[in-house]
Amino acid sequence: MPAKTILLVDDDPDFLEQTAIRLKADGFEVVTAEGQARGEALLAAGTAFDLAILDLMMENPDSGFVLGHRVRRARPGTPVLLVTGVTGETGLEFDAATTEERRWVPADAVLPKPVRYEQLKSEVDRLLAR
Amino acid sequence: MDTLRVLVVDDEAGIRMAVERALRTFTVRLPDVGREFGLAFEQAASGEEALEAIRTSAPDILLLDYKMPGISGLDLMDRLHADGVEILTIVITAYASLETAVAATKRGGFDFLAKPFSPDELKSVLFKAAKHLVVQREARRLAEERKRVRFELLSVVAHEMKAPTAAIENYLRMMQDRVLGEELSAYDHPIQRAIVRLEGMRKLVSDLLDLTRIESGRKTRTVVGLDVREVAAGCVENARELGMDRGITIDLAPGEAAPMQADRGEIELILNNLLSNAVKYNRDHGRVDVGVARRDGAVVLTIADTGIGMTAEECGRLFGEFVRIKNDKTRMIEGSGLGLSIVQRLAHLYGGEATVASTPDVGTTFTVTLPGAA
Repeated sequence: MPAKTILLVDDDPDFLEQTAIRLKADGFEVVTAEGQARGEALLAAGTAFDLAILDLMMENPDSGFVLGHRVRRARPGTPVLLVTGVTGETGLEFDAATTEERRWVPADAVLPKPVRYEQLKSEVDRLLAR
Repeated sequence: MDTLRVLVVDDEAGIRMAVERALRTFTVRLPDVGREFGLAFEQAASGEEALEAIRTSAPDILLLDYKMPGISGLDLMDRLHADGVEILTIVITAYASLETAVAATKRGGFDFLAKPFSPDELKSVLFKAAKHLVVQREARRLAEERKRVRFELLSVVAHEMKAPTAAIENYLRMMQDRVLGEELSAYDHPIQRAIVRLEGMRKLVSDLLDLTRIESGRKTRTVVGLDVREVAAGCVENARELGMDRGITIDLAPGEAAPMQADRGEIELILNNLLSNAVKYNRDHGRVDVGVARRDGAVVLTIADTGIGMTAEECGRLFGEFVRIKNDKTRMIEGSGLGLSIVQRLAHLYGGEATVASTPDVGTTFTVTLPGAA
């Protein structure tokens, strides 16, 4: 089975580096983008990926949201995992647990930051197995 | 003009009418706080009616008859107190005895009006009540505001700590799990990044302490006669080391002494914050030019760099707390976002001002004017 490719978008270079190293160590191909604009550029360039991990708050507070919707439109059926460190601080709490929530939250799963790699990995495995 | 709503509760219709007639055109003027109030009236003939009126229209002031059939004035006050309803209450009584006074005061009554009363007495009591109400509300608003600001600061600080803590933890876990193998050298970059994030946190903590000391006003200031030029020379000397490995030169332009009454630590804090920025946001092999001059009875500090610069929009929000200009050029630069707000607060302590002028990709000049040159 060929390695699955993951698109990883965040404006925290450390999160990108750490997550990329660990995903690669677990046999994934990883394409990283620092910020919404670069993520969109990869999308426009037709970069192939099997799953997208997006941070919610990058250039703008809703960068991950916007990018999530663009991924949905450009690559229907590709799972999107949204990671976010802002829910508590902003009072903007949401999840993607129900069908109703998944309609407006462009994600198949939402993980709160800080996220343990093991947790991230098990979500990735779950979403790719579907 | 604002309106204070008054509920008059008395079983005698004559009293209710008299009160309203006497006060209909009365305005409460509070020039101290620049406010003026007209009064709007509502009437209730019994305690029961009063409870209903309070529930539905939440008046500001209650003019309450002490003795009424059914629910008496005192009973009503008890009920309101039990329900947690706060309303400024003036008790009207024909029996102005010590006993009634004590009973009503115990229940949170604000003042008394003994029957029969003159329109002037009524006005004077109402004036006092309105003034009390306005002062109380203002004090409450300020307390709320303080609480909100403190809460906001706390949640921002918590948030600012979360990202670096997670980054460092994850780098350590990578090492724990030997993700990059057994060789320590494979982890050079993760270790370097963890140190950078730790340094960022340490700077945030010390900046927060500086800011708290300035804000609380509790720091003991030692204001003495000093030469700002000499202080600047020392700071420039120390800062040179910061720029050395990137080939950045820092120079203090020669000039005359700049004596003033100041706290040495504060002047150093201003200079060190600005010098550290001038190095951080500079290009490799860039320059930092520091000037100390006397102008119109003020000491004027200028710190000019040849760095990445900023747009006018970015300059506009630069001095706010936790403001960090985020773009491609600043992404790998650590900062607490508090340094410039510290500089500005210190400048204000001296009745002065910190300002910025910048051109993208050319450089930035900060100017701090400190009035009170000797």
